[in-house]
Amino acid sequence: MIATVMFYLLGAVALGATGLAIIQRNPVYAVIYLVKSIFALALIFYLLGAPLVAALQVIVYAGAIMVLFLFVIMMLEITPTSATQCTAPGWAQWSPVLLLALTLVTLTLLLIGLDPLASEGVPRWHASPRDFGYALFKEYALAVKIISFQLSFAAVGAFHVGMTERRRAQLEDES
Amino acid sequence: MSEMLVTLALILGKLLFIFGVVLFMAAYLVLAERKILGRMQLRYGPNRVGPFGLMQPLADVIKLLTKEDFVPARADKWLFLIAPGITAVTALLVFAVIPFGPTLEIFGRQVPLVVVDLNIGVLYFLGVSSMAVYGVVLGGWASNSKYSLLGGVRGLSQMVSYELSLGLSLVPVIMMARSFSLTDIVMAQQSIPFMLLNPVAFGVFFICVLAESNRIPFDLPEAENELVGGFHTEYSGMRFGLFFVGEYINMVVLGSLVTVFFLGGWHGPWLPPLLWFLFKVLAVCAMFIWIRASMPRLRYDQLMNLGWKILLPLSLVNILVTGAVLLGLG
Repeated sequence: MIATVMFYLLGAVALGATGLAIIQRNPVYAVIYLVKSIFALALIFYLLGAPLVAALQVIVYAGAIMVLFLFVIMMLEITPTSATQCTAPGWAQWSPVLLLALTLVTLTLLLIGLDPLASEGVPRWHASPRDFGYALFKEYALAVKIISFQLSFAAVGAFHVGMTERRRAQLEDES
Repeated sequence: MSEMLVTLALILGKLLFIFGVVLFMAAYLVLAERKILGRMQLRYGPNRVGPFGLMQPLADVIKLLTKEDFVPARADKWLFLIAPGITAVTALLVFAVIPFGPTLEIFGRQVPLVVVDLNIGVLYFLGVSSMAVYGVVLGGWASNSKYSLLGGVRGLSQMVSYELSLGLSLVPVIMMARSFSLTDIVMAQQSIPFMLLNPVAFGVFFICVLAESNRIPFDLPEAENELVGGFHTEYSGMRFGLFFVGEYINMVVLGSLVTVFFLGGWHGPWLPPLLWFLFKVLAVCAMFIWIRASMPRLRYDQLMNLGWKILLPLSLVNILVTGAVLLGLG
C-alpha cells in the first residue's frame, strides 16, 4: 500500500522534474531538475526491488554525467539572456521531436493494450548485487561483451570526428 | 503493532545517538585541530573560553548564529541558500550505513549497531559522497563572484578526477570480503585488517579520501591565498558555519569509513568494541590534522597528474593483482 503510493508520488516527481528541466531558460536549473528526476527514478528502481540499479543510477548519472554537464555549462558561460535572444525553433526543429514522441506514445499504448502482463504489473524481483552480477556476467556475458565493444567503437569514432582539421593535417604530414 | 513501534523507536534512538555523537565530535574536532595545529606551530591555540578552551566550540556557534545572514545582491538566492545544506546533509547521510559495533542484545532483542545494513552499502556511500560536490559547485556558482565560481569549478574537476580512484580502490576490499555490505566487510577482517593484506588499496583510498574532504594538500576549492575563500567567499553567519561543520562531519565520516574498510572496524583485543571503533576513527582524524600541519598545497597540474597518471593506473593494476592472488589461493 505504502509502496504503491510512493511509486505514484515518485513517478509524478520524475515526470514533473523532467518537464521542468526542458522548459528552463537557465541551463544550471535544467541540470538540477534533471538530477532530481534521476533521483526519483533511482528510488523507483529501489521500490521495484533492484537496489543495485538504483545505486548505479545515482553514481553514474547524478554523480558523474550530470557533474560533467555542470562543468561544461560553467565553462561555456551561457547566460540566461543569451538563451532568450535566439529565435523560436521552426518546423524543421520540431518535427523529429514530435515524430519520436508520437512513436514512443504509440508503442507504449500498444504494449499496454496487447500485453496483459503489463496491466497486472511486473512481478517483484529482489535481485541482490550477487545475483545481478552472476546474471549479467554469466548468462548475458556475450551481450555485455558486444555492447562494450560497441562503446569502444563509439569512443574511437567520437575521437576521429572531434579531431580538428589542423591536427588531422599534422598527422598526415607525419605519415 | 507494538513490535513495529519498538522497531521504530529503536531506529529513532540509533538516529538520535549518531546525530548527537557525530555533531559533538565534529564540534570538538574543530577545537582539537586548532589546538594541535597551534602546538605544531609553537603557539598555544584557543585557551580563553572555559578550562583549557573547552567551551570554544559553543562560543563559535553563538558567534555564527548571531551574525548577519547575508545574500549578495546579484546572487541566485534560492541555490545560494540551499547549497550549504547539501554539503552538511550528504556528509551526515553516509553514516546511515556505517556499522559502529557488533550486534547487541538488549532485553532479548538483537540490535545491530548500524541504522540500516544495506546489501549495497559500498555503492550507497559512493553515490551519496558523489552528491556532496553539488553543495560546493552550486554554492560557488550561485554566489555570482569570480572567486566563488573558480573555487566551485576547481572542486568539481577535483571530484571527477578522484572519485574514480576512490571507487576502484574499494574493489579489492569487496573482492576480499565477497560482499557490498559494510557489516560483512568488517566481519571479514576479524583476524587481520585489510590494511595489512592490501596496503596499496589503503594508500590510494586514503589519498582519495583526503581529496574528497577538500583538506590540505587538496584544498584548492577554497585556497585562501589565491581565491580569498573559494566557493564560500560570499557566505556569512550560520550558512558559512554549515559549510565549515560539514567539512568536520566529513572528517568523522571518512575516518569511520577508513576504519570500516581497512582498519578492521570495531575488532580489537581487550577493550570493548565501541571504544576500539572510536579510538580508530580519532586516530585517522589525528592523521588528517597532522597532514594539514605538515604539507603544502598541491599545484593544480600536480593534483591532476597525481589523480589520472598515478592513482588511477595503480588502483587498476591493484585490482588485477588482487584478483590473481585470490584466484591462486582458491
